[in-house]
Parts: sequence; C-alpha cells; structure tokens
Amino acid sequence: MADPMHQFEIHKVVDLPALNVPGLGLIDLSITNSTVSMLLAAILVVAFFAVATAKAAIVPGRLQVMGEGIFGYIDDLVAGIIGPEGRKFFPFVFTLFLFILAMNVLGLFLVFTATSQLAVTASLAVMTMVLVIGYGVLRNGANMYKLFVPAGIPWYMLILVTPIEIISFVLRPITLALRLFGNMLGGHVALKVFAGFVVSLGAMAAGGGLGLLGIPGAALSLGGVVALTALEFLVAFLQAFVFAVLACVYLNDVVNLGHHH
Amino acid sequence: MDAESAKYIGAGLATLGMIGAGIGVGTIFGQFLAGATRNPSAAAGQFTNLILGAALTEALGILAFVLGLVILFS
Repeated sequence: MADPMHQFEIHKVVDLPALNVPGLGLIDLSITNSTVSMLLAAILVVAFFAVATAKAAIVPGRLQVMGEGIFGYIDDLVAGIIGPEGRKFFPFVFTLFLFILAMNVLGLFLVFTATSQLAVTASLAVMTMVLVIGYGVLRNGANMYKLFVPAGIPWYMLILVTPIEIISFVLRPITLALRLFGNMLGGHVALKVFAGFVVSLGAMAAGGGLGLLGIPGAALSLGGVVALTALEFLVAFLQAFVFAVLACVYLNDVVNLGHHH
Repeated sequence: MDAESAKYIGAGLATLGMIGAGIGVGTIFGQFLAGATRNPSAAAGQFTNLILGAALTEALGILAFVLGLVILFS
C-alpha cells in the first residue's frame, strides 16, 4: 500500500540560493510546493474579489452576490463577537478566513495542502496571538493582568483560577495551530488510506479465486472515499470558520477587557 | 517486546484520548438539537456558539491524535 504520509512531503520547485540574514543565519528561500500552493490560494482569493467587484452595480450580478455574501457573513461575525470596536479587526479576520479557506479547498483539488503543514498553521496562530497581545498591551497597558484575574471572584479562589487562566492562555496559540493542522492532516491521511484499500483489494481480486472476495471490499472503500471527500469539503469550510471565530473571541478578550457585553 | 512494537502500541493507546473528544462533541451537538427542536427560532443565533464549543472540545482530541503521530514518527 502507498505511504499515506507521502503527500505531505516538501520538495523544491525552484531552487534559489540560501540567503544570509544577520542574526538568523542561512535561510533557504527556495520555492517549494508549499509556497506554490499558498501563492495559488492568495492569487485565487485576490482574483475572485477583483472579478466579483470589477463591475459593481446597485443590482449585483451572481459573482458580486457571492463576494458580498462572504463579506457580510464575516462582517456580522466580527461585529457580533467583538462589538462596534471590532470593525478595525475585520480586514485581519477576513483575510485569515479567506486564505485558510482557499488553502483548504485547493488542497482537495490539488496534490498538496498547505494547511497540513504545522509551520503554516503555527505561523498563522502566532500572528494572531501577537496581534492579541500587542493590541491588548497598547490598549489596556498595565490592566492586562485582568485577563488572568477574573472580576467578582473571592481572593482565595484566585490562587486556583489564575494559574488555570494563564495555562489556558499559553495553550491558545498551540491549540489554534494544532486544530487546523490535525484536522487537515487527519482528513487527508484517512482519504489516502481508504484509496489505498481500493487499490490493494482490487489487486487481490485480479488474482482470481478467493481473492474475488476483495471486490465488495474495494467497492465499499471507494464509497468511503467519495463520502469522506464530501465530508472534507465541510471540514475545509468549518476549520476556516472556526479559526476566524476563535481569532475574534481572543481579540474580544483584550478589546473588551473586564466587561462583557 | 522490542522497542518498535512498543512504539506502535503506545501510538494506538495515545489516540484513545479521542474517545473523550468524541463523547464531548456528541453531547454538544445532541444538546444543541434538543434545544433547537424545542425552540427552532432561537437555533440560528446559536450557530457560532455551537461551532465554538465543538472546536474547543475537538482540539483536545486533536492533541491526542498529534501525540500519537509524534510517538509514531519520532
């Protein structure tokens, strides 16, 4: 059976010389299949919105309705979770959502999924948490400690609650990165394993005799691949949505620090 | 038992942690359906909360899955 992890291997498409960055050492800037798939995703998003808004009309065409639909959906999400002050974070959340969605969906059509690389998802998660901490410190200053000390709790409970809050805050970027990575990796491994069953059971059936029993098994696996592919399209959207929602929730914690709305 | 087979057994045991995540996600969607069938008009407004709860629960299962992969491929 084919190795299900083979699809996640990185290989160079265009070999570029390593760049010497002071303080970081040699950095390989070669264009890999991961870079290509991310570039394709970014180009797809930009091209879609360029076409959708090219002929903006009061009565929108089909593409414009799609573009406005996605825009309005995320706009409502950000306004609903963060409130009126969240408007300035809309571009960030919208970009995150579209970029992850494009990478996930492209991964189902092409051979390589950029979001199944931990380096990609970890970069996005770290970017989000840097924004959360940076904006939180800028906006709240020394009041940032309230993030770990919930109001209205007796002092002896704080001994227990504060370490839990700190641990859960530290775990946030880790779970944010691992959730997207694990979902995409797990889904694509399951697809490859089921597809491998089709081939190996088909080869068994080709041998004739008792091996013919492999035919119903191969048919069942093929049905499984089709069903899993449908499920993966749902997961591709859902994980992009979840990433956007969690980015909003984490931003909400520092934007509306100490008072819930 | 040699180290190689112990590694495979360990990776299998590590993914057992996903049982808990499965129960948790099932509870979340089950409770959502129970509430949504009683008051369908309020269901659409809780979709974000539903997905949020499912995502936070699922993350723990994913941790177990990744731990299994780490044991398998390290």
